[in-house]
Amino acid sequence: MKKSKKYDVVASISYPKEGAMGKTGSWRVFCPELDKEKCVKCLRCWIFCPEGAVKRKKDNTVEINFDYCKGCGVCANQCPTKAIIMKREGKKK
Amino acid sequence: MSEIMIDTGNYIAAKAAIMAKPDVVAAYPITPQTTLVEGIANYVATGEFKGEYICVESEHSAMSACIGASEAGSRTFTATSAHGLLLMHEMLHWAALARLPIVMCNINRVIGPGWNIWTDENDAISQRDTGWIQFFASSNQEIYDTLIQAFKLAEQSKVLLPVMISHNAFILSHTSMPAEIPAQEKIDDFLPSYKPTWKLDVDNPTTQGNIIGTEHYEHIRKAMQNAQMHAKKLIPSIAKEWEKQFGRTHGGLFEYYQCEDAEYILISMGAIGAESKEAINLLRKEGIKIGLARLRVLRPFPTEEVIKLSKQAELIVIDRNISIGCEGAVFNEIKAAVYGKTDGKITGFIAGLGGKDVTYSDIQKICKKAISGKAKQQIWYGFEEEV
Repeated sequence: MKKSKKYDVVASISYPKEGAMGKTGSWRVFCPELDKEKCVKCLRCWIFCPEGAVKRKKDNTVEINFDYCKGCGVCANQCPTKAIIMKREGKKK
Repeated sequence: MSEIMIDTGNYIAAKAAIMAKPDVVAAYPITPQTTLVEGIANYVATGEFKGEYICVESEHSAMSACIGASEAGSRTFTATSAHGLLLMHEMLHWAALARLPIVMCNINRVIGPGWNIWTDENDAISQRDTGWIQFFASSNQEIYDTLIQAFKLAEQSKVLLPVMISHNAFILSHTSMPAEIPAQEKIDDFLPSYKPTWKLDVDNPTTQGNIIGTEHYEHIRKAMQNAQMHAKKLIPSIAKEWEKQFGRTHGGLFEYYQCEDAEYILISMGAIGAESKEAINLLRKEGIKIGLARLRVLRPFPTEEVIKLSKQAELIVIDRNISIGCEGAVFNEIKAAVYGKTDGKITGFIAGLGGKDVTYSDIQKICKKAISGKAKQQIWYGFEEEV
């Protein structure tokens, strides 16, 4: 990640950094579960994830980073083939 | 070549605003500010103002649009009055905490109910704690000069705070007076184009207004306080620089008039401040050694200069405002400034609320009452007989 230039001012300006707020994945109540068989590599989940927690691989398959996924469910909502479904934490298979 | 413009305070403020070449003006009309923003709209029509003029749907939106534009690195101007200023309140705090050098004219108008469009300083006084630098002008020329100087002050990297310039409803906003307007090139020399200290920039991504922990928040408030203290030094020096370039000054934090040998010093603001000069002339003719210190800047508050004045003379303060449940705001702050430094006598008067006329003869009477030694510490002028 390219580092942003710091400005000479004391204000609530934050500079992008992985995990600036700690591992926010611990906030999750619902967890996305990805079925790779159903995935058609459309990348909608990768485009829409507000946290950048969906990782795109070279072959356009995806992987979810559970250290930062807050479980908002946007990816599951976007997925046209229901390859992602939300399951309550602790109740997963 | 400079030119003489004979026009109202609002149209002269509009002229100053466009000559400062803001990139964005966002405003919503409210009496008695309306002609100011109409003036700017007219400069859009004639092509003299080339910036973006955004007509918004409320004052809260006006300030929000200014904040967005300023965060993106634009020089930004707006104007409002009374209830409009109050609707902006939340965003006034935001603009200051985000360290955005927005400049705004506020036309001092009465707050309702008791619907009234005349002058009263309670609107601006109620925004004292927002972090904005606050000027109070006393003539149309001063509005023009202060507005240009305000951009220069606000944009200094060690200041980066928004500036509010207040002028009295109708007495200044709708009264024509001559003002000397310097040539645009001279203004451009004095106020070069804006180079933001920080901005939201896709090539250098940052977030503004994030969640912030307790360990950092105090630093932000402390830095704002330091910036105000720095502004206190810069206001007189920018005024001197203006005087050197344009041969005109209205003072620094105070404008002093006949103070050298004064045993009594009257402190007042805005239009009453201008009217006070005539009262001083008449009292001097009677042999009373009195001077005027017209307060131009309420924030940052000129504590050091107030202490000097209190060491020299008895102070008489006129407030066209009242902090209900306490006393006149300027009176209150002057007493706080001298605490532990002097025990000079200070008498406060409330006068001219709701736009009630305060003439030089009223000011004369106020001064005489204070000098008589019979006055209570704080008096409502015109209500002396009431408890």
